[in-house]
Amino acid sequence: MSHDHSLSPEIHDPAKATHEGKHKYLGLWFFLGGETVLFASFFATYLALRNSTAGGPSSQELFGLELVFVMTILLLTSSLTSVYAIYHMKNHDFKKMQLWFGITALLGLGFLGFEIYEFTHYITDYSFTFRSSAFGSAFYTLVGFHGGHVVFGLSWLTALMVRNAKRGLSLYNAPKYNTFAIYWHFIDVVWVFIFTVVYLMGMVS
Amino acid sequence: MSIASTQKKGFGAILWDYLTTVDHKKIGNMYLAAGAFFFLLGGIEALIIRIQLIKPENDFISAGLYNEMITMHGTTMIFFAAMPMLLGFMNGVMPLQIGARDVAFPFLNSLGFWLFLLGGILMNLSWFFGGAPDAGWTGYAPLSTSSPGHGLDYYVMGLQLSGAGTLMGGINFLVTIVTMRGPGMTYMRMPLFTWTTFVASILILFAFPALTVGLFLLQFDRMFGSAFFDVALGGNSVIWQHLFWIFGHPEVYILILPAFGIFSEIIPTFSKKRLFGYSSMVFATFLIAFLGFMVWAHHMFTVGLGPVANSIFAVGTMAIAVPTGIKIFNWLATMWGGSIKINSAMLWALGFIPSFTIGGMTGVMLGASTADFQYHDTYFVIAHFHYVIVGGVVFGILAGLHYWWPKFFGKVLNETMGKIAFWLFFIGFHLTFFIQHFLGLMGMPRRYWVFLENQGLDTGNLISTIGAFFMAAGSIVFIINIIYTTAKGEKAANDPWGTGRTLEWAISSPAPEYNFKQLPLVRGLDPYWIEKMDGNTKMTPAEPLDDIHMPNGSILPVVISIGFFIASFGFIYQVDNKSWLIVLFAGMVIAIGSMLIRSLKDDHGHHIHKEDLEKEAD
Repeated sequence: MSHDHSLSPEIHDPAKATHEGKHKYLGLWFFLGGETVLFASFFATYLALRNSTAGGPSSQELFGLELVFVMTILLLTSSLTSVYAIYHMKNHDFKKMQLWFGITALLGLGFLGFEIYEFTHYITDYSFTFRSSAFGSAFYTLVGFHGGHVVFGLSWLTALMVRNAKRGLSLYNAPKYNTFAIYWHFIDVVWVFIFTVVYLMGMVS
Repeated sequence: MSIASTQKKGFGAILWDYLTTVDHKKIGNMYLAAGAFFFLLGGIEALIIRIQLIKPENDFISAGLYNEMITMHGTTMIFFAAMPMLLGFMNGVMPLQIGARDVAFPFLNSLGFWLFLLGGILMNLSWFFGGAPDAGWTGYAPLSTSSPGHGLDYYVMGLQLSGAGTLMGGINFLVTIVTMRGPGMTYMRMPLFTWTTFVASILILFAFPALTVGLFLLQFDRMFGSAFFDVALGGNSVIWQHLFWIFGHPEVYILILPAFGIFSEIIPTFSKKRLFGYSSMVFATFLIAFLGFMVWAHHMFTVGLGPVANSIFAVGTMAIAVPTGIKIFNWLATMWGGSIKINSAMLWALGFIPSFTIGGMTGVMLGASTADFQYHDTYFVIAHFHYVIVGGVVFGILAGLHYWWPKFFGKVLNETMGKIAFWLFFIGFHLTFFIQHFLGLMGMPRRYWVFLENQGLDTGNLISTIGAFFMAAGSIVFIINIIYTTAKGEKAANDPWGTGRTLEWAISSPAPEYNFKQLPLVRGLDPYWIEKMDGNTKMTPAEPLDDIHMPNGSILPVVISIGFFIASFGFIYQVDNKSWLIVLFAGMVIAIGSMLIRSLKDDHGHHIHKEDLEKEAD
């Protein structure tokens, strides 16, 4: 077991070269298992309540696929750019990794901006709020929890990038970047389900 | 930090040591102590319930207070007494059993403990701030959404905090068992307690988020005006029941599986025989866990899910009796032909087998969905789940305390007092709960404040209350035993039972900070027993003596937990006055700020040096 955390060229995957890194990697996967149940419960609640509009606006009246399409593209692309970042991490190229993670953050921020616009649009133009019906509560809770995860992920990434900007890559911080990337993919996958279950099913039914 | 510094410290230093510790053994001891405290609280609440029911139309406490008592008794016992004490065993024993020096995430371990403790304290503070939660431990909506005052808000925030802590514990144990098993410790050589820790952690991981979501919905309905359970706005209160029981049913296996693990350690040790049917025990554990996720709706037979759903869940429920039966017969077969030594730990294990079997049998009865319409919400249900939870989990905890006390605290509990406590508690337990089967069958509903006289319920309730006092007496003897042993007990040897089989008995009692000076080589199931049979007195080391890497202690887990604790008050009282939002944000700033410090500050841990280790005696 080495006591320093400097990178040597023969290390293939700096994220999993240390015990600490392996623990974090596995721990995050288990955590995402729990997160899956969390979102599954929110989805189930949403499916049970999505037609309970209590006379308020329904999903067909509210949703517009153009906006959701742009949001989906932004978030899916951000997942791709984080893959590029991890690719550069494995090649020990810190500058390119930071660059691609920076692009990931910007795309995530774009997604978040559109989501905030979407929510304000519903509230101001349709008076569709968290309190207006069970459908409203379920919609804002499910999509809002996802949005909250995006906010958390962006804060996490920003903290990592600022903290390590001048230090370069090491065996100590590589696992942190890597766990973030996996978390970010998870958020992306959840969005794919939201896109399908909330928006697509909401448009057709 | 040298090893010698752990001796002779002032009170302040000891307190600081426990506040900042990331040592799994100290965290385990704190879990046990905190769990025992809440166990006594829940026990007092139980006595108050039984005093109220000692005679017909009693007016010992008011109806409202009675509702608070039953709610707090159930919630405290499940979340703040039984589970923490089992987590205490998992922390204290599991890393030793797999030959590890620590858990995978020591910091997270500490954070999990403090979140649980502050969650428990938060919920109990409701007694002093306008009344405790009163909607039953199950908190069914719309009773829970319409309950006045802040009791239910304390319920939501308290459970949310401690639930987050438990989830961290579960993930930590899973990663520890997967990645940190010592040299030669393959999966199928792991002791049964480690296996049950592993499986219970899987259950924690996949069950708790459902409760988290349920609590969020309840919190949003109560505090922010959402309409999940508000029928007028299209809400549906049955959603709460589903989410609660999707968590709640696995929860009973989170409780009972580690207790099964404890018995699976004790019975072979005191029968001087290897566990009968080890592989089938592991398989049965997984099967129980798997089926445990499939049967939540048997708590909801009378809701009206329809005959098809009821039938499926009834069959699933009854199927759980099969792997559980496998376990019961394996324990019996382990004792068959063994040279059995009956001491306090073994007495609890022996008492467990018939008691739990009765509880399992009534479980199958309740699982018959048509018959359940008769039993539902009567004392029959109360009798059933106290037979499995007291007869299974509490007996398991008490057995485990006797068994591992020397390993945790370095002294053997007094046998005479141990046996007195057992008989008082065991007789009291059956006196209290056996009669309740019949009270239930005669139609006495649960959660009722009073009952009328001359309906055939008087004598049964009197007997039940007398039994409760026997259990209280048993608990008091147990506490005296702890005090006596701490003051007068003699120092325990590494293997005080002489027949220890697993790795924890190969090291000193209590275990040193680093657990194993050199990681031991595991050559099979029951590794220490194998060495003994080969005439060795200790384990063969698998590595040369070298510096040991240890994690640094940190006060941050306490600060993070206090931050969330403060924020909870903000959540609870912002309903009355929006200026409480300041408290909410202040708490969040403390919590998230401390998390940020933890993230940004490098912490590489420290080393215990080879030279210091050489000075230590074995």
